[in-house]
Parts: sequence; C-alpha cells; structure tokens
Amino acid sequence: MTEYGYADRRRRATSAVMTTLTGLCTLLAVGALLVILSYIAWQGIGSLSWQFLIDRPRPVGEGGGIGNAIVGSLVLLLISSGFGLPLGICVGIYLSEIGRGRLGGVVRFIVDTLTGIPSIVTGVFVYAILVLPMKHFSAMAGGVALALIMIPIVARTTEEMLKLVPHSMREGALALGAPQWRVTLGVVVPAAAPGIATGAMLAIARVSGETAPLLFTAFGSRFFPESLNEPIASLTVQIYNYAISPYDEWHAQAWAATLVLMTLVLGINIIVRFLTRKRF
Amino acid sequence: MPVEIAAPKIEVRASTAPPPQTDAKAKVAVSDLNFFYGRTQALHNISIAIPERIVMAFIGPSGCGKSTFLRTLNRMNDVIPGTRVGGQVMIDDHDIYAPGTDVVELRRRVGMVFQKSNPFPKSIFDNVAYGLRINRLTSSSSELAGRVEQALKDAALWNEVKDRLKTSALSLSGGQQQRLCIARALAIRPEVLLMDEPASALDPIATSKIEELIFDLKKQYTIVIVTHNMQQAARVSDTTAFFLLGKLIEVNSTEKMFTAPNEKLTEDYITGRFG
Repeated sequence: MTEYGYADRRRRATSAVMTTLTGLCTLLAVGALLVILSYIAWQGIGSLSWQFLIDRPRPVGEGGGIGNAIVGSLVLLLISSGFGLPLGICVGIYLSEIGRGRLGGVVRFIVDTLTGIPSIVTGVFVYAILVLPMKHFSAMAGGVALALIMIPIVARTTEEMLKLVPHSMREGALALGAPQWRVTLGVVVPAAAPGIATGAMLAIARVSGETAPLLFTAFGSRFFPESLNEPIASLTVQIYNYAISPYDEWHAQAWAATLVLMTLVLGINIIVRFLTRKRF
Repeated sequence: MPVEIAAPKIEVRASTAPPPQTDAKAKVAVSDLNFFYGRTQALHNISIAIPERIVMAFIGPSGCGKSTFLRTLNRMNDVIPGTRVGGQVMIDDHDIYAPGTDVVELRRRVGMVFQKSNPFPKSIFDNVAYGLRINRLTSSSSELAGRVEQALKDAALWNEVKDRLKTSALSLSGGQQQRLCIARALAIRPEVLLMDEPASALDPIATSKIEELIFDLKKQYTIVIVTHNMQQAARVSDTTAFFLLGKLIEVNSTEKMFTAPNEKLTEDYITGRFG
C-alpha cells in the first residue's frame, strides 16, 4: 500500500464529501420529480377512461369528461403557433442576420424583458386590448395571449441557432452572387432548421401548461368549440375549475385531466429530444 | 482582424517599381488602395495590375494583408462591419467601388474559393447548382444538369461523385469538399477566380490535385491565389506579388521572384530570413 501524506488524504476526503453532496442533491431533485409524476399517475389513472377522454363536462354525479378541453387546448395551441412561431422566427432572423447595430441591441433587450413578464400580466393585457373591445371572451383572444408568451422564447432560440451557422457559409453564398435575403432564406435558415424546430417545440410545450393568461381571455367552456369567436375550454383552466370545486368527483377528474396534460407535454418533449438527436 | 506581426524590425516602404510589363490587357487594375479595419490601416497604397488568363500568387507572412487585399477584389470585406476602403479597383475598366455598382453582379463575375471549405448542408448537386439557380443562369433543368456536370468535371471531382449527386455534400472528404467549392465557384463561369489559401487544410495528395486544377483553369480564368506555401506559389503561378505589413513590396514574374528578386526584402523573406 502506498502511504498518503496529509494533503493527499485531505484532498481525497474533500472529493468524497463533494461527490456525495452533489449526488444527494441530484437524488433529491429527481426524486421530487418522480414523486410528483407517480402521484399524479396514481391519482389520475382511476378516473381515466375512453368516455372521459371524448365526453364533455356533465353536472356532478353524471360523469362527463374533458374531450372539449383537449380539443380546446389543441385549438389554442394551433392559434398561438400560427401567430407566435412565424413572428418569433422572423424576430430571431432579424436579431441574428440584420440587426447587428444599436437597434438590434434594443430589440434583444426588449425580447429578454418580454420573456420575463409574468404570464398573468400578458393575460390582463390581452383582456384589455381584445376582450373588452369585443365585449366577450374568445378562443382567438386566448390564442393571442399564448402567442405573446411564445414570441420571445422562439425569437431567442432562433437567434442562437442561426448564430451557430458558421460565418463562412454565409460568405460562400454571398461570393456566388447571392443577395442577402437569399443567403438568409436559402442557406442559413435551412442549416439551422432542426434547431429552430426544437425551439418552436419547447415554446409550444411551455404555453401548453399556461393557465393564468387563459382565465381572462379564453375563459373556459363546458361545450365543444363551435367558433373561434366564443369562449373555449382548455385542459389547464378545466383543471383549475375542477380543483377549486367542492366535489370529490370533480377533484378526481381534475387529477385525470392533469395526467392527460402531463402526457401531452411529455409527448412534445419527446419529439424535441428526437429532433435534437437527429442533428448530432 | 487587427494586423499584428511578430517580425524583426524592418524598414518597409511601398515598391516604387512599376508592375511588370505584359502583353495581355490588365483584367484587374488597382491603384492607391487603402483599407481600414476601424482605425487600423491594413493596406497601404496598393497599386497592381493583374493581366488576363494568368495565375498570380500573393505571398507574405501571416497578417501581411494578402487575404484582405484579395477580399477587396470582390468586395467581400463589405460584410465586415467597420471596414473602409479608399482608392480604385478597376475590373474591365469599371471601378467596382463606384457608387451604384451592383455588388451581386460583381461577385458573380469575380468568384471566390475560401481557405476552409464551406459547402452548404445540401446535396452535392444542389451545392454546385446554387449559384446557377440564384442567378437564373440556366433555362431548363437539363441545361442546369449539364452545367453542374461540366463544373464538377472542371474541378476534377465528377468521377468521384457522379453516382451520388443527391447525397449530402458534408459526406465528402475534406479535399473533395474543397474541390466541390471550386466546382461551385466555376459553375457560374466567373471571369476572375480568387482563391484564399485553397489547399492549406489539405493533405499532399489533395493539394496536388488542386494545384493541377489551377494549372488547367488558367486557360479560361484569371486566377489570384493567396498562399503561405512558397513552393506552391512557385509551382502554380506565372506572376507573384509579395506583401509585407500591408504594403505591396514587389510584383514580378514568378521565375524572377524566386531566383533574382528586385527587392532585398523579398529575397530575405523567400530565403527564410524572416516571416
């Protein structure tokens, strides 16, 4: 056996303590997550049935389901993606390819600030500029509120992804007589496309869990949506309404709806992982 | 890129010797060109005439401005913020820095191959077709395919890729990628071809292929090549220009340059006394 000096033993002891400490912290964090997931699954699985997934809410004691909320959430995601993704991607392209000067810096600062705005503020804002003038809640207003949350996330991830495209590729295209806009749209954006798609998916996953901005915009509904101009149900608002109700049956349904929402977000995240893996 | 040189203290002055007399008409004529990165002056009073259908090599130590000068010839430096150009660059009697010059048209006529190969993440075919498509140089898909094939043949790459034109350009080896970039530049049939150390990252076999290629290409193109490798300059070029600290020291026929240069500085550099 080798004889270790004092300094050597001390170093080894520090290393062992720190390794254990980081390991424990990891266990704690991952453990908490696992407890949450398994608790939701355990609570929710009981009320889950095919009928529950396709039916609309019924009065207490008559069963009912969250079919309209699932449809509503998907409609809201479609509206918000329709506005939010193109706008966010365009802002990202501007930040990376065009706005290199002072104005670009200002826009970047504004986008960063927007990222930090609490989502309920976005909801109140959309309530003031859309819901009040229209005099009623609507799916459109809910979609716009979610889009406003998406734009800064998509803009920044798009910018980062475009900046990863080597400068030499832009020069190569310019040297072939390509005008700036064709370089950007024909070479740089396609090269960064998988990364941009990942950013878009993350933004969708993020807003699919939002409740606060929908409370004063999409409001919620007990029926399947018939137009974008009327209130619409969503999983998150439905969970909120059932969870604060006094009925045990609705509590159980809230758990089941939570399980469905979680599966939805998990599914989106798995798609993100798949896209990211393809790139490397 | 600020210019920093760790060379011995040498008094440098711009060459007063006139460019060598040639019978060919000057394709590119540069007079009193000054270039700045911000406040740093990278090029001082460069005047040079590049005759048609020859290979001219630019040599000099790192940071001497030869790449910067090359990039002024197709206004590639325009994309770097904070740069400034003074003087005149005439290509076919047209000042390319005159207001109203169509930079896109200029770059179509003055092609460029970069030090690091930079294929687009597209198929081999689409890489070569890129310049043809954006400039609408072909009117049918069969004509496009023909031009792509010709460019790949000119770049001595056709036999290696003809069976996999639809595969990604990134699947090619480094030397093949660089020849692909040459093919891409040749496809739009530029009049002048600028090459910025095109073989510096390649192994000797790939390098010799590119050198043979340059030798063949000068029948049709005016070629300007920047190189760190003096043997390469001696092998491929007809005329050589020596740059030092942002100044053009000497332009001479390559043979004379490497045997009996006019300037003491050139001789010192070529014989390896500094740089």
